[in-house]
Amino acid sequence: MKAKAKAQKTKSSKVVDLRLYIAGQTPKSLAAISNLKRICAEHVGSRFRIEVIDLSKNPGLARDHQILAIPTLVRSLPVPIRKIIGDLSNTEQVVIGLDIRPHESEKER
Amino acid sequence: MAKKTKVLTPELVPLQKAPTGIRGLDEITGGGLPKGRTTIVCGGPGCGKTMVGLEFLVRGALEFGEPGVLLAFEETPEEMAINVASLGFNLRDLANHKKLFLDYISVEPTEIAETGAYDLEGLFIRLQDAVDRVGAKRVLLDTVEALFSGFSNAGILRAEFRRLFRWLKDRELTTIVTAERGEVTLTREGLEEYVSDCVILLDHRINEQISARRMRIVKYRGTKHGADEYPFLIDEQGISILPVTGLQLQHKASNERVPSGVPDLDEMLEGKGYFRGSSVLLSGTAGSGKTTLAAAFADATCRRGKRCLFIDFEESSNQVARNMQSVGINLEQWSEKGLLVHEAWRPTQYGIETHLLRIHKLIEKVKPESVILDPITNLINSSSHKEVHSMLIRLMDYLKGAQITALFVSLTGGGEVLEKTAEGISSLADTWILLRDVELNGERNRCLYVLKSRGMAHSNQLREFLLTKQGIQLIPAYLGTEGVLTGSSRLAQEAKEKAGIRLRQQEAERKRQELETKRLALKAQIASLQAELHAAEREAKEVSREEQERVDELKRGRDDIAKRRGALSGNVSELQANQSEDVS
Repeated sequence: MKAKAKAQKTKSSKVVDLRLYIAGQTPKSLAAISNLKRICAEHVGSRFRIEVIDLSKNPGLARDHQILAIPTLVRSLPVPIRKIIGDLSNTEQVVIGLDIRPHESEKER
Repeated sequence: MAKKTKVLTPELVPLQKAPTGIRGLDEITGGGLPKGRTTIVCGGPGCGKTMVGLEFLVRGALEFGEPGVLLAFEETPEEMAINVASLGFNLRDLANHKKLFLDYISVEPTEIAETGAYDLEGLFIRLQDAVDRVGAKRVLLDTVEALFSGFSNAGILRAEFRRLFRWLKDRELTTIVTAERGEVTLTREGLEEYVSDCVILLDHRINEQISARRMRIVKYRGTKHGADEYPFLIDEQGISILPVTGLQLQHKASNERVPSGVPDLDEMLEGKGYFRGSSVLLSGTAGSGKTTLAAAFADATCRRGKRCLFIDFEESSNQVARNMQSVGINLEQWSEKGLLVHEAWRPTQYGIETHLLRIHKLIEKVKPESVILDPITNLINSSSHKEVHSMLIRLMDYLKGAQITALFVSLTGGGEVLEKTAEGISSLADTWILLRDVELNGERNRCLYVLKSRGMAHSNQLREFLLTKQGIQLIPAYLGTEGVLTGSSRLAQEAKEKAGIRLRQQEAERKRQELETKRLALKAQIASLQAELHAAEREAKEVSREEQERVDELKRGRDDIAKRRGALSGNVSELQANQSEDVS
């Protein structure tokens, strides 16, 4: 697994920029944070950045970033922007949704 | 103990209402929307849901000091600002003054993937933030159902809707939620299940190529409300729901009188004319002089320096002005002075509501003392009888409430019953003047009578209605042994009677002269007899004088004889002397 992730990382030298919007320390938010960290570690390797934004502390950002559902994960880089909502409990869907798994590795699998 | 009962029976506060400021809506809802609660405005596409909501927000901010929040799901605030700019609403300006907060919520299903449990806390955060920024009391959610297209988990959405409406209620925000009309349910997503305080249904239908908007309050918990379908309009002043005025019969009745413009007609109405603020119905067949009588009323109003609104569905104002010159009514001078506002448009030009609204607006603009509608019959062309009837009732109500004297001209078609109007408003009119033609001896003549006039002892006479160069004249029709006669028959009859009178006069004169002659003759006779009498008297005197002379003569003769004889003694002489003394 790790080797595959590294291979993907070396192939596409893109940095994955992720923002996770939560509202307070709710169970869903906490689950999303831990799920995201796990998925990234497993599939993206080290070339990712995660920013957790608590909208309850900064409500204006919800408007600026067009956030409705909580939690929402936004992949702002690489473009195009992708959004995933939910507590990210379904790893498969997150990986597909974020489009972070290289097709080659999919085939190898 | 007392404390306990107080707790058990808390003071009942009737439902508070938030006025919308939308013309007519506050009347039919009895004061506005339920304050601090959510109202659903639903309807098909293009029926004006967003308009209702926006006007509620804007009027709230401008007129009632209640700032508002608009959460738009379908249009961006920029688009919306442009859309409502034509209605005179400046959303940007309101936003700059912190009276309104606009937020656009983009729901684009293609961008979003779902995995695991989520909620719409983001929406709540945004709403809370928006409400806090302007201190909002009112909220418009337009159209929340768009969320259903953005999120696939209906279970979560429904739970969140329930939470949203509860949330709004807890914060006592007076809210309008717009929703698309569903095929079976009122709203497509069945939102009325969650919000059950007030539901307003809008409808836009096309009837014979004329569009008509309708509004109905399906439900309004805790208050009485108008349950009918009310027509409404969207124009440059926003939404107007008819009736613009109330539904109750609570007009003030004025004792003031306004002249009808025809002195002879005033005379038939107790010599004073119509009541101010009353509805006058003028019905009659074609060419019976209805418009002329209406124009005379307009003229009379303007002559008193008051304004008159003349709404014509048949002729152009120019044409009427020209025609009225021929009967000595100069309407142009009043138009020039601005006292007479003569508006003409085709009845088929608009739907019935637009007519009513245009009339309302003109009345508000002109502020007339009297209004003339000529003829209301033509309105039927643009709508059904029932609609025209209800429109006229509402118009009458409005005019009465505003103390405006209204003159409705109604055309009675050929062969129809005279004592009936096509619009069926005769029972509503306070004064009904009927004009009719009387055909007799090869001519048609106009007749007028006052069929009814509430609150006054009006004349029951049928008058002949004459249009002369000096204006309208009403003359009593000939009512005699020959029946009711008008026109030349009346003239002939009158001539006949005149001749008869002359004949009788001549006869009397002749008799008088005869008697005079006789009197003179008798007088002469008396004079001659008197003369005869005098003559006789004179003669009698003459006779007695002659007789005396003769006696004297005789005496003198005897004395002479006695003297001559000398035999006369002294005694005799004395006696004789005495005798002569006696005689003389």
